[in-house]
Amino acid sequence: MSSAAGLSVESVHVWRGDRHVLKGVSFELGVGELLQVSGPNGSGKTTLLRVLTGLLRPERGRVVWQGREIGAAPLDYQHALAYASHEPALKSDLTALENLRFLVGLKRRVSLDELHGALQRTGVGHCADLPARVLSAGQRRRVAMARVLAVQAPLWLLDEPYTNLDTAGSEVLSGLLGAHAAAGGSALVVAHHDLDVGHPVRRLGLM
Amino acid sequence: MWTWFYRLSSPPYVYRTAAACMPWLLGGAALAIAYGVVDGLAFAPPDYQQGDAFRIIYVHAPSAWLSLFAYMTMAVAGGIGLIWRIKMGHAVAAASAPIGASFTLAALVTGSLWGRPMWGTYWAWDPRLTSELILLFLYVGVMALRSAFDDPNRGDRAAALLAVVGMVNVPIIHFSVVWWNSLHQGATVAKLGKPEMPGSMLWPLLAMLFGFMLFYGAVLCIRLRGEVLNRERQSAWVREAIGS
Amino acid sequence: MRPGAGTTLLLVLRRELLLGFRRPDQVVQPLVFFLIVTTLFPLGLSVQLSLLREMAPGVLWVAALLSSLLSLEGLFKSDADDGTLEQLVLSGQGLYVIVVAKTLAHWLVSGAALLLVSPLVATALAIPWAAFPVMFLSLGLGTLTLSWLGAIGAGLTVSLKRGNVLLSLIVLPLAMPLLIFGAGATDRAIAGTNALGALYLLGALCVLTCTLAPFAAAAALKVTME
Repeated sequence: MSSAAGLSVESVHVWRGDRHVLKGVSFELGVGELLQVSGPNGSGKTTLLRVLTGLLRPERGRVVWQGREIGAAPLDYQHALAYASHEPALKSDLTALENLRFLVGLKRRVSLDELHGALQRTGVGHCADLPARVLSAGQRRRVAMARVLAVQAPLWLLDEPYTNLDTAGSEVLSGLLGAHAAAGGSALVVAHHDLDVGHPVRRLGLM
Repeated sequence: MWTWFYRLSSPPYVYRTAAACMPWLLGGAALAIAYGVVDGLAFAPPDYQQGDAFRIIYVHAPSAWLSLFAYMTMAVAGGIGLIWRIKMGHAVAAASAPIGASFTLAALVTGSLWGRPMWGTYWAWDPRLTSELILLFLYVGVMALRSAFDDPNRGDRAAALLAVVGMVNVPIIHFSVVWWNSLHQGATVAKLGKPEMPGSMLWPLLAMLFGFMLFYGAVLCIRLRGEVLNRERQSAWVREAIGS
Repeated sequence: MRPGAGTTLLLVLRRELLLGFRRPDQVVQPLVFFLIVTTLFPLGLSVQLSLLREMAPGVLWVAALLSSLLSLEGLFKSDADDGTLEQLVLSGQGLYVIVVAKTLAHWLVSGAALLLVSPLVATALAIPWAAFPVMFLSLGLGTLTLSWLGAIGAGLTVSLKRGNVLLSLIVLPLAMPLLIFGAGATDRAIAGTNALGALYLLGALCVLTCTLAPFAAAAALKVTME
């Protein structure tokens, strides 16, 4: 896999106060590849994701996407990625559809039909006009997944996306990941259990 | 020149250089202040209008000047730390803040004492003293912001940003306070202005100014070394230097 | 097709206004606070109309400042709490535009609302009607400037647990010039003299803050998001 078309992480070190959280993490994520990151609590998985999004600058090392360092053209890089954090990132006073319309609309022009379609694919099409605060945790997670889907970004960075999902939801998510990889996208997923998505998954363990 | 700049970003270098500079700065400060105090208090002639009361200017004016200078240093050093991510910049800013705040307090107290014989009261909202008071609030804000963060890195960077924003505001604040004061000329408040300064009065003032600057430098060196040790306590060179 | 700055502005404005309407109590409470604070002054000082008229500009402005500060805390806080702030920072639209949009929207539901209530307060403080235009203009410019300044403070304190007192501590000294110019303009209008000088100064301050503050606020958000 040519790394020039994907993500390349080179010797990233991060200190949080006195703690050496990331100790020289290096890996490559090519086109159409899935990478699962696992490790005990406190091993720096979320920190790694925040470095990959560009929110956190590492003390040492660098992150390269498609041959360019992400710090060099941050806005371009942000357009190429879809990030799902621990929280579903929804405003509880807005409906699922309004949330998506705003968050996806910032990244690309999108029609309401497309958003409805994305919500259907993740199984929460009937929740489109419900305010996010009445949705269950699992439903909110699915709406967050719909957002990731609708943004149509080549790189997915997902922090524990299986949290709160039931069996059906987990299957939907795995299916989406498989389809994304098959279509040439890359995804890095932080998860505790081994992924089974019908597509080869590499694993990276953090100490 | 850039190698010098680069070396200034190395903590052990800063630690050693500060230790070397400090005695010279302290000695120079002692000499300048001694001259200024003796000449200003004993030998300078009393002012025609204010009598001997004006002599407090020898402490008040340098304190006020240093309070501004220390703020500029804090803002510039913090800005360097913010833009170029040089940690020693943040160390200098953190070391400078309490010193500057102390100078501001000194300026306020001496200004207030000076006001007593001038206005008959300890506080009359003179524009310069009011500006100093607002400067004190700015200092407190920066120090409070730095210590409010658990992560010292974020605290440093937030405080640096606030210091820079404050620095842009200082001239605006000063101008607005002077403008405000010019509106309310009802009470005949004489401003804490410098009286006409013949040479015999001016030299001690300049000496005090210079001496205060050196003193600030010396205290900065002392505090900076403490800051460096605290920030770099995990690294090998600190353990060697402390000898544990 | 990447949305441009104009689309971003509209999207953010729309979202903020929707949220404001869905939580009307968040909009109304600072206004009530404004009314209550202005009541405190006559209660604590005097009810003589001439005295009230003299202190009116200062009372009006201090009350406006304090109630604006109350609502400023929520500028970024609710987004930070539910994780949407990160999405905004990572939206690819550049934080400058987003900060401008959010601050503008925030002003529309707080400062502008204050303007609407100000005639009530002005009448209670015995401000003559002739002074109202200047009062509106100065309050409008002043609350707008304060929103920008407050955005910097809000950005710096968003990740702190008890950040609201620190927010006030940071913003109030920076807001003193606009208090001076704004109250000064209103004062002159009440006295019947020309308030243009003060208004120009206030306007200049507003323009300066509007252009520079979003940079500082965006930088503040990046610093605290690390």
